[in-house]
Amino acid sequence: MAVYLIRRLIQSALILLGVSFITFFLLYVLPADPVRQIAGRSATAETVENIRQQLGLDKPFIVQYARYLGALVQGDMGRSYLQKTEVAELIRSRLPATLLLMVGAIFCELVLGLSMGIIAALWRGRALDQTLMVASFVTVSAPQFVVSLLLLYVFAVKLGWFPIGGYGTFAHLVLPAVTLGILGSGWYSRMMRSSMIDVLRADYIRTARAKGLTRARVVLRHALPNAILPVIAMIGIDIGIFMGGIVVVESVFGWPGIGQLAWQAIQRVDIPIIMGVTLVSACAIVLGNLLADLIAPFIDPRIRLR
Amino acid sequence: MKKLLASTAVMLALALPGAAQDYTPDPAAKPGGSITVTYKDDVATLDPAIGYDWQNWSMIKSLFDGLMDYVPGTTELRPGLAESYEISEDGLTYTFKLRTGVKFHNGREMTAEDVKYSLDRVTNPETQSPGAGFFGAIAGFENAGAGGLSGVEVVDPLTVKITLSRPDATFLHVMALNFASVVPKEAVDEAGPDFGRKPVGTGAFKLAEWTLGQRLVFEKNPDYWRPGVPFLDNVVFEVGQEPVVALLRLQNGEVDVPGDGIPPAKFTEVMGDPAQAARVVAGGQLHTGYITLNVSTPPFDKLEVRKAVNMAINKDRIVQIINGRAVPATQPLPPSMPGYTDGYAGYPFDVEGAKKLLADAGLADGFETELYVMNTDPNPRIAQAIQQDLAAIGIKANIQNLAQANVIEAGGAGTAPMIWSGGMAWIADFPDPSNFYGPILGCAGAAPGGWNWSKFCDEALDAKAVEADSMFDPAKSADRLKLWSDVYMGVMEKAPWVPIFNEERYTMKSERMGGEDALYVDPVSIPVNYDYVWVKE
Repeated sequence: MAVYLIRRLIQSALILLGVSFITFFLLYVLPADPVRQIAGRSATAETVENIRQQLGLDKPFIVQYARYLGALVQGDMGRSYLQKTEVAELIRSRLPATLLLMVGAIFCELVLGLSMGIIAALWRGRALDQTLMVASFVTVSAPQFVVSLLLLYVFAVKLGWFPIGGYGTFAHLVLPAVTLGILGSGWYSRMMRSSMIDVLRADYIRTARAKGLTRARVVLRHALPNAILPVIAMIGIDIGIFMGGIVVVESVFGWPGIGQLAWQAIQRVDIPIIMGVTLVSACAIVLGNLLADLIAPFIDPRIRLR
Repeated sequence: MKKLLASTAVMLALALPGAAQDYTPDPAAKPGGSITVTYKDDVATLDPAIGYDWQNWSMIKSLFDGLMDYVPGTTELRPGLAESYEISEDGLTYTFKLRTGVKFHNGREMTAEDVKYSLDRVTNPETQSPGAGFFGAIAGFENAGAGGLSGVEVVDPLTVKITLSRPDATFLHVMALNFASVVPKEAVDEAGPDFGRKPVGTGAFKLAEWTLGQRLVFEKNPDYWRPGVPFLDNVVFEVGQEPVVALLRLQNGEVDVPGDGIPPAKFTEVMGDPAQAARVVAGGQLHTGYITLNVSTPPFDKLEVRKAVNMAINKDRIVQIINGRAVPATQPLPPSMPGYTDGYAGYPFDVEGAKKLLADAGLADGFETELYVMNTDPNPRIAQAIQQDLAAIGIKANIQNLAQANVIEAGGAGTAPMIWSGGMAWIADFPDPSNFYGPILGCAGAAPGGWNWSKFCDEALDAKAVEADSMFDPAKSADRLKLWSDVYMGVMEKAPWVPIFNEERYTMKSERMGGEDALYVDPVSIPVNYDYVWVKE
């Protein structure tokens, strides 16, 4: 177990190194000059060159990357080019909202997705199954902007049940979390359905039924723990996606998450912020996957970590 | 040195003929209350040396003051922290007398040392100010650094003398820019690079709260040196708000001013509803949207071709695309800018004439070219209209739909034959015709990386521009504006641009907001002049 963990952690570090290199390289070759964004349109050529030098952007790529990495291992993600604020602080200020929305959204995805998937599996091939699967297709391909605005308009503006966007109380969380839950539930329901169907065919399920257990007990106690494994792996990936930010839903609901920060930084070619958000999100994906793998043996003792 | 001007009132009258002497706030205005303004993006910085976007510009204006200022709702200069000033006969020395008893938000009294420190700071390369170049006329600018500007001298605690290396008719406007705001050294030193988040100025408001990514709260400065202002106790800026949602919240009474304006998709709906349209204030702004024709690449090196393109574009149709939120442009300057040439009709929309010009240039069969455009609505739609107009005279323009930074890069590098400026169009930094020339039409801006995307460089016109800007004597203001008008007419003859339209501004406000309309379309403070607006309840 310890050896496994160490090996996985080394792998994770290498993945992050790769991500940082690729992102840094892509930003380097991008045909957009961050110095021009900082200097603005009225800057003289001298001002532009001076800023370039001070930020070290006149140096060759490998020197810039080495410098960035050198600071990073000391915990310094640099300062935003335009806001001049420390990137670590900007990200930290967005973390509570991001985590809260992540938890809320994954909760809604699971409740909706798992129940849809289980029901569809149990009624496989019938009209209910087909309806649910069509619904899951529709939700995963629905445009975020439209769904968010629709829910906001109906439940906040017209019915007045929830505040019109913002952050702070539980009531503020409901609409964005439910929106993301609806949009993401289709992935879970489809995966849950196929996994459940596989498990329901297994011999031990027939045995359980033969023992005279109720159908509900067979499904929940015997089938679900086995069928849920791939779903847990998916949560790991989902964590990473949410940590990278959900731009559209965040902006419609005025939710101060990391997605808005990333989006603004991309528009302004604010490289330190883009790097910071990318790395945090990559970290979350790597850790989320690792966590999912570590949890698996507890649910299915047949799995050994090696 | 001769005392040109004795009192503030006389000075202003001379500086800008017909200028109001000062501003009388709305007599019905009531103090107190709080308003909520929303924005989509977080505020970048409130450091006056750094902040240079239309969102933080008006916020910084309310937190800080410079030596000069504008009469609210107008483009007329008035003294700010300076009580009066004198200009020497050769136009090279400006002596500013400061007001007494002006206090920074930290309680300390502002002195001439602070003025010098602030100008030294903004021009010091270490500060990385995007506005440093505006101060290029001050003596010693080339050697600006830790030692400060040799041209700025503290005569006594209430007098500052600024020496210029060349006469600059726009210098008083420069001293009214946010970049010239007076900041206290101790607060800058203490906050270090975080001064943009912990601003300390002399302005009408001070920053009370800034929760990153969520909101900023401005609080009334009770010791403000202009008596009676501001009226509001608080201005709350909520950031991260989608414009469409901000509009819904305004209708629900939660928001007073949507800072990003009326979303284009909702414009027709809002203006079609009398109740909502009544809360919209419309006004001109110092903006021109244009197409640049790169004169350094064939076939746009031929004057006939550039004129033909000018005649091929149906500007009225483009204005319709943006729901009539603009007026068709005839020349580089917008109509509300001093120096605008009245009565000049521009190139007519004449497809046959345009074809004939192309034939004259030996391109009767047309040619293929590329039109660069920023990828946010409505710009791609405008580019398509331009594409169709060009196709009608045989020019096949392929649209390059790119992110803003990439278009700016291509424009600076000179690799883009045509650029539609939408989303990056020029909005004046200060209300003076010179601001529309140097960086975007002059030789200096044509250098690689500059904003003169036409790469247009006419030395005779440049010389005329320099001549105009050395006419510092306020009494010669009319002659100077005439000269500028000539410069822009010269530009139109050479046709490096196709001026398309001048955008109008539409600010929406809640019912409870008070104050004259001009405050809501203030040419300097966008979206509103926070110092002078008030709430009714």
